Amino acid sequence: MEIMNISQISPDQVIFWQWKFITLNATIVYTWLVMLLLVIGSWLVTRKLSPTIHCTRWQNFLEVVVSSIRSEINEISKGEAEHYLPFVGTLFLFIALANLLAVVPGYVPPTSSLTTTAALAICVFIAVPIFGITKQGVKEYVKEYFRPTFIFFPFHVMGELSRTLALTVRLFGNIMSHEKVIAILLSVTPFFFPIVMQALGLLIGLIQAYIFSILAMVYIASATQTHEEGHEKAEK
Amino acid sequence: MENINVAIASIIAAALCMAVGSIGPALGQGRSVHSALSSIAQQPDERNSITRTLFVGLAMIESIAIYCFVISMILVFANPFWNFVVKKMGG
Repeated sequence: MEIMNISQISPDQVIFWQWKFITLNATIVYTWLVMLLLVIGSWLVTRKLSPTIHCTRWQNFLEVVVSSIRSEINEISKGEAEHYLPFVGTLFLFIALANLLAVVPGYVPPTSSLTTTAALAICVFIAVPIFGITKQGVKEYVKEYFRPTFIFFPFHVMGELSRTLALTVRLFGNIMSHEKVIAILLSVTPFFFPIVMQALGLLIGLIQAYIFSILAMVYIASATQTHEEGHEKAEK
Repeated sequence: MENINVAIASIIAAALCMAVGSIGPALGQGRSVHSALSSIAQQPDERNSITRTLFVGLAMIESIAIYCFVISMILVFANPFWNFVVKKMGG
């Protein structure tokens, strides 16, 4: 079941329901579906947690996921995972689930629309100064923009903007290109090769989710570590 | 017939964009994977941090190729000049 034809580039163009100026397109419906799955799934699993080794297999699964995300964040942020785990972990889980569900027929990943990825990248864009200011204070954070001299201020600002654009287009381009490749393959070699590409798509989706959250964490870490601290670490 | 010319031009431009634009990222990715593999072979203990940095770097390099891809996708599927030409022709 394909709800998008080959000339539609984004799921925004698939409209399920419309009333005056309110439109429900495929992007928003499937975003809600992913949110619903995440919320209900984690509510069901965490309803009865057991601290002993006799736990349900779903609890075991979630423990593995959360602890591996935490150890990744720990390595980048030098042991302050608890502070950043809610934000970065949510980004990873949302993108990973949104991409992995692409094997379900009739589902279009909301991340293959530019609007979803732009929203996620803007979340990172806003979160970086918030984390930086809470860690260092306004004065130290703003000072970072004027290093090494004040001439570099426009370059720092441009860097912030262009990396947000890069985050947006990277996730969108990867997922959308994969959707298009499968659609084209379906019309050329209908049976076998689309299945192989779907299996490859699972890998691509997970890697993109990993890269998005790791990059968000790297940006946050670079905003929260002061300049002097970085020098000391480099010398060690 | 102007209509056809726009279609031909945008398809050729899309193909050129993809072909030329993926040479640089391919060379860059090859170099970075090469040096990451040789440093993993020299220092297997640092494997985790090398792999993570490699992935981040690969994502950065890859985004250049992705830009080219998005541009060529726009040229093929959502060409902004297409509507302009159709309107001008009075279609």
